[in-house]
This record gives sequence, C-alpha cells and structure tokens, in this order.
Amino acid sequence: MEQILILLPLLIPFVTALLCLLFRKREALQHVITICGSLALLIAAVLIIQQVETHEFLCEQVSGWKSPFGITLTIDMLSALMLGITALIGLLVNLYGIESIDSKRKKFGYFCFYHFLLMGVNGAFIAGDIFNLYVWFEVMLISSFVLLVLGNEKLQLVGGVKYMILNFIGSSFLLTGVGMIYGLAGSLNMADVALFFKSGDYDPLATVAATIFMFSFALKAAMFPIFFWLPASYPFTPIATTAIFSGLLTKVGVYALLRFFSLIFIGDVGFTHTILLAGAGLTMFTGVLAALAQNKIKNILSFHIISQIGYIVMGPALFTPLAIAGSIFYIIHHILVKTNLFLISGVIEKIKGSDDLDNIGGLYRKYPIFSGLFLISAFSLAGLPPLSGFWAKFVLIKAGFEIQEYVIVAVAIVTGILTLFSMSKIWNNAFWKTDPKDSKSKRDPAEGTLFKTQWKMLLPIVLMALCTLVIGLYSWPLMKYATIAAEQLMSPQDYIGHILNTR
Amino acid sequence: MEFWLSILTGALFATSIYLLLHRDFVKLIIGVILLGNATALFIFTAGRLVRDNAPLINNDGTLTETFADPLPQALILTALVISFGIQAFALILFKKVYDVHGVDEADDLQR
Repeated sequence: MEQILILLPLLIPFVTALLCLLFRKREALQHVITICGSLALLIAAVLIIQQVETHEFLCEQVSGWKSPFGITLTIDMLSALMLGITALIGLLVNLYGIESIDSKRKKFGYFCFYHFLLMGVNGAFIAGDIFNLYVWFEVMLISSFVLLVLGNEKLQLVGGVKYMILNFIGSSFLLTGVGMIYGLAGSLNMADVALFFKSGDYDPLATVAATIFMFSFALKAAMFPIFFWLPASYPFTPIATTAIFSGLLTKVGVYALLRFFSLIFIGDVGFTHTILLAGAGLTMFTGVLAALAQNKIKNILSFHIISQIGYIVMGPALFTPLAIAGSIFYIIHHILVKTNLFLISGVIEKIKGSDDLDNIGGLYRKYPIFSGLFLISAFSLAGLPPLSGFWAKFVLIKAGFEIQEYVIVAVAIVTGILTLFSMSKIWNNAFWKTDPKDSKSKRDPAEGTLFKTQWKMLLPIVLMALCTLVIGLYSWPLMKYATIAAEQLMSPQDYIGHILNTR
Repeated sequence: MEFWLSILTGALFATSIYLLLHRDFVKLIIGVILLGNATALFIFTAGRLVRDNAPLINNDGTLTETFADPLPQALILTALVISFGIQAFALILFKKVYDVHGVDEADDLQR
C-alpha cells in the first residue's frame, strides 16, 4: 500500500495528461478528465500526509534496486506538505482554467501540459537523488515553456524567449553541479552524498558545488540578482497559467534550496548560508521596491512574488528549526495568497477589460463581497494580523531575533510595510476610486449575476480566501506540521538512516 | 587526457557563455547548444576517465580491476536528450518570434 501511495503523485497526473492528450479535441470530456484527475491527486496527497504523520518517512526503491544504487523516492513531512498544497492549488486553478482558458488553447493541449507540469513539480518533491531532481526540474520546465507560449500571442512569445534562455542556463548549472557532486562523492543519492560529506573532511570543492547549486536554484526561485526573467514573462500569459506558475514554479526552487542546504551542504554554514541571507534580504527589498514602481496589477503581483521569495529563503539562511518551520509555513501561506491574488486580478480584467490601475476603479461600490475577498488576500500578503501572513512573518522575525540577526529582521519589517503600501495602492485605485470611464454606459454585470455566471472562476477564489482565513485564525495545526517538517530537516541523520537502511 | 578534456570543457563553457551574451538569436541558439555539450563533457570528465576496459563482469563472475564507470555516460545520455529537446523548442520559438515580430535580435523585442 505504502509503495503504491508514494507513486500516485506521479502516476495520477501522468495518466490524466495522457487522457487529455487522447481527447484533445473534445472539450467537455477534457473538463471531466482534468477535474477527476486533480481530485484524485488531492485525495492521494491527503492520504500521503496521513501516512507520513504516522510513519515519518515513506521510501520506495524503484524496481527493488537498493539505495544508493537505484532510484530512490522519498517523502518526508516537507515533501508531503508541498505535495498537499500542490494538489490543492492544482485542483482550484484547474476549475478556474476551465472557465477562463479559451477553447483554442484547450484544443492545443492546455490541460495535457498542465498535468505534466504538476507531475514535474510532484516529482521534484519526492525525488531522492540529485540527478532525478534535475530530470523532474526539466519535465516541469518543458511543460512550463509550452504553457507559457501556448496561444502564440505577441507578448507571450517575447516573454517566452527570456524565460526559456535564462531557465536553460539555470538547468545547465544544475547539471554542472550534479557532475561535480558525482566527481566528489561518487554517488548521487542525496542521503549517500550527505553521509559522504558528513564523514571525513569537508572538501572545499563541495563549497564550490554548493555555490553552483545555489546559483541554479536561486535562478529558478527568482532570487536577487537573477529574478528579471519572472516579471518579463509571467504577466503576459493567460491568467490561469500565471496563477499556477506563481504558485508552484518558484517554490520548487525554494524547496530544492531548503533540501540541499539542510541536508547536503552543511559543512560550511558560515559561508554558504551568509550568502543566502544576504540574497534573501536583497531579494525581498528590491522586489518590493520594483513592485512600487509598477502600475498594472499583474506586474505589481509579479514583483511581489520575488519579494516574498526573499522571506521564504530567510528560513534556510538563518538555519534554526524555528526559522525553517516559519519558512515552510510561509511557503504554504504564500502559495495560497499569491495564486488567489492572480486569480482575482483575472476576474478584475474580465469585468473591466484592463488591469492598468489608471483605467479602472469603482469596484468596491459594485462588488463589495468580491472586494472583501481581495482584501483578505492582500492584507494577508502584507502580513496584517490575524491573517496567515502575519503568523508567517512573525515566526521568521522571531527566529531572526533569537539569533541576533537584526539587519535581516529590520529589512523584513520594512519590506512588510512597503508591501502593505503597495497593496493599498491596488485597493485605492481599483476598488475605492470612482471609475475614470463614463459610468453611465457601463455594462458590468451586477454582483449576483457575476457570482452566478462565473461561479467556476469565483469558487476557487472564495475557497482559497477561506483557506487563508483558516490558517490565519487557526494556525496551530499547520504550524505543528511545519515544525515536524523543520525538525526532520534539521536532523539529517534520520533521513539518511531511513533511506540507506530501508529493506 | 583529463588535462586536455578539462581545457576543452573550459573553452566550450567560455564560448557558450560569450555567445549567450549576444543579442542575435542565431548566436544565442548556438550558445544554448554549446552550453548543453559543455555540461555533458564536464560530467564525463568529472566521472574519471578510464581507458581500455568495459564495465562488464567476466565469465568467471569476477570484475576486471579497472573499468570505465558507466554511470556518467548514462547521465550524459539523459541530459543530452533533454537538452536536445530544449534546443528544438528554442529553434521553433525563435522562428515563431521572427514570424510574429519580424525581429531576430533580443534588443528589438518591444514589450
């Protein structure tokens, strides 16, 4: 049972994607398949989290080759949580996509690549060796290339070029790092490599490999100074695609950073983790400053992804159990909130026909409930109590105070205030200001009609806003899971023992 | 042998990064191809070079004393296939950008 369960996050999206490809031309059937596939993935993820809670680790040696020789799949608490949130977001954005993606894109295989993307993301979370991690990164990347340029619109293609070239460079560096690790340790199984670096002298070359991996993962996570591909490509795709990208892609980079810099490269913490800390601070600050200069909702949100990545990386950079728990909590909160804000911006664009703050306004007067949904997500992003963002920031800042890293704490607090400022800019312009266009001749639907006709687009928004509220008001269960995950990450000997001694 | 391969790998890396810094699409795509090959060669060299013996078990069930490590070659094979796929995609993408925008330089891409 356990062996089948661990393969389900790969098998379900794979089968769903193939079925979608088979019935590419039949839209209605594709809708049924894609929703069933996402639901099944969510159920599998919940079962996995339950299993991990009782067994701590799930391990599978593919076709019985014992580790470190065969391909190892591992799920610990961090992977399980990431699988869970991926499945949840996958389902909700899928529902949104059914309504908002045009039928031309659907017939070109939108859903097929959507599920291949989910498979790549899931694979990266459960890969137990470094080369497989690389392969899953590529699966994810190639599906994202296709989703990014699907539809061949002018701006999409331009964004696609920038995105593709930079991510290819990042992957090449990842592969170079894989080569270095193999040359040093003679193995690529994460547990085996970690064991090799732990026993005996820490080779200075390992630090070189660490920086190469850091560059590659930082590029994929959109950290300072290599974040510019993200705002150049994300705002121009259909909103459902942007939402799933913003939720998942950068987070896979962060997941890899968390894994590598708590398991493998812990021999020279003073050097590597200081670079991470400086990167985190600069990322959050430059991201939010750039966001302030933007005037379109989607561009503002894209730069906020970068700024938030800074907070998340702060956890592994501070390298204490509390900080890592905060970081994991932050990832979950961020995925929910950021995806939701993008989905909301899609609805605004649908109502008003634009996301330029100068051209829209008056949403609050006409759509008070919808505005409330935006307010929950936006204030949560900025970190206002009692919403989820507050707890995430609170834990990270507390962790920073505990080990007297006052500079990063100050940067985090200032960035939080600037984020609030930036969110209130959207609120003031899009919701409070009177509509600059002539309001008499408007054909905007009333709120009741909007909820009735566009329920597939609004249901995911409502559900995600509810999730944000729940993990804000009742944050203890998620914090407990995050703490378990952080404790597992901080005691790598358990991980190594479980993988190398299974069977 | 390792010395010369290291020099070659370094030269490939340098050339590819030089080409990737160009704004011309044709040079960019050559850079992408060379970068893929440079990483493959790097893995090959980092996996230690051994000549003459294949990694096969003898008839009597023993191993030969020195043999070439087959794993880097398997890694390279996978990596080459992936980078080949990306190169193919890049070519089509550049072609499409040229069709839609009529430009073949990164600087001319207007937002």
